[in-house]
Amino acid sequence: MIPSEPEVTKLYTSWLMLREDGLVGRSLNDDRISHKCRLPQRQGSERRTTVSEIESRGYVHPDVLVSTEWVAGHIEDPGVRIIESNEDPLLYSTGHIPGAVEVDWTRDLNDPVRRDYLGRDGFEALMRRIGVGRDTTVVFYGDRNNWWATYAYWVFQLFGHDKAKVMDGGRIKWVNEGRPLTKDVPSYPASDYQARERDDKRIRAFRDQVLRHVEGKRPLIDVRSPQEYSGERLHMPEYPNEGALRGGHIPGAANVPWAKAVNPEDGTFKSAAELRALYENEAKIKPDDDVVVYCRIGERSSHTWFVLTNLLGFKQVRNYDGSWTEWGNLVGVPIERTV
Amino acid sequence: MAVPKKLTQTLETLEMVPDRNERIQLLIDIAGRFEEVPPRIARRPFPPDHLVPACESQAYVFGEERPDGTLDFHFAVENPQGISAKAMAVILDETLSGAPPQQVAEVPQDIVYRVFGRELSMGKSMGLMSMVGTVANMAKKYTEGPHSPG
Repeated sequence: MIPSEPEVTKLYTSWLMLREDGLVGRSLNDDRISHKCRLPQRQGSERRTTVSEIESRGYVHPDVLVSTEWVAGHIEDPGVRIIESNEDPLLYSTGHIPGAVEVDWTRDLNDPVRRDYLGRDGFEALMRRIGVGRDTTVVFYGDRNNWWATYAYWVFQLFGHDKAKVMDGGRIKWVNEGRPLTKDVPSYPASDYQARERDDKRIRAFRDQVLRHVEGKRPLIDVRSPQEYSGERLHMPEYPNEGALRGGHIPGAANVPWAKAVNPEDGTFKSAAELRALYENEAKIKPDDDVVVYCRIGERSSHTWFVLTNLLGFKQVRNYDGSWTEWGNLVGVPIERTV
Repeated sequence: MAVPKKLTQTLETLEMVPDRNERIQLLIDIAGRFEEVPPRIARRPFPPDHLVPACESQAYVFGEERPDGTLDFHFAVENPQGISAKAMAVILDETLSGAPPQQVAEVPQDIVYRVFGRELSMGKSMGLMSMVGTVANMAKKYTEGPHSPG
């Protein structure tokens, strides 16, 4: 029996959360999981989310999230550009939201030589190519619970493009609702986008700043899995090299795996109350704190940055994109390990 | 040690498609040939010791001994959006199943970049390389005996 796509989503997302929780060994106990690659089935049975429902969740800035329904109603809105950003580089070409352009993290958002993001000229060229003006509202969505969509969102904020939103539930929610996909790649007239200089001070943290942050005993959130946080994974047999010579975490960091912010049923963000319980009650951080978030290269932590900044209204959260691939290779910096 | 002939041919074929979009379409077509591990080999819940480490798409690898002393490789990919993992599974199955295990054991993990190009995120490349590594390790253990591909 082939399961419905919502069942697949729920099972897979549950697995992801178990994985982030360090419970990999608990395999899915359901033999109905679909394993065939296919375009979406028009199920239409997924719980539909509306903008008003999003507003009811108590977020500080609910306007940064839009529902699949909202996106469906703005596909042909010339003031809106829908952008798909995925972890899987093949996914966009299998079908995407009509009118959506692809922004690929490795190809479009990174400097091709240095480990850094693109500069002002590169960002300006990107925005012109996808036909985005300064007044265009960009709406990001993608696979893996919007993990890469929030990463692209974060990079856009380095350039101050604040007319930006994320589609709650991401790509798979759209698919599970039986909404249309197309393989047609859209083309838009080039814009005359004038980009600002990239501003790294506000939402991005660098190595030396993190070192001072640690010395000042200010809070950090490590959003990796418990095995990465503890340092155990670096020593797991047959586990691939994770790009770091040392395992463990930055001293003082609390561990809150990024996917805990997402509902396993449909990939939507948890309510503000649930998120506060997670970050404020469990991880003991407060909205006025100066917080640094990190993971392996800054991608998963951009998701948590989005949650803390936009959904819970934390005023000073910076993403340390050097993350563990930098810290775990640095000479002489402090490391905590719990294995 | 020589790389299995079918794998060499497939890599050369892929490298004849330098255009990124054409390569993506080709890989999507390849992913469409994905067939899950048959129930006679494994059923859900799949055993955790067959889970590919670091693969974000929750891929599993299984080996089956052939009468001629080579191995067939079977895969499961639980992520319904794991198109790259499925494409990789098809390539590994079609090029390494039936190949001399000694050669399979020596297949380098960086063939991933010859298949997908360099524009892969760190996590994605780690997961795909781990699929190659898991298959190679399985063949290596098989050659070391006793013959139980797992």
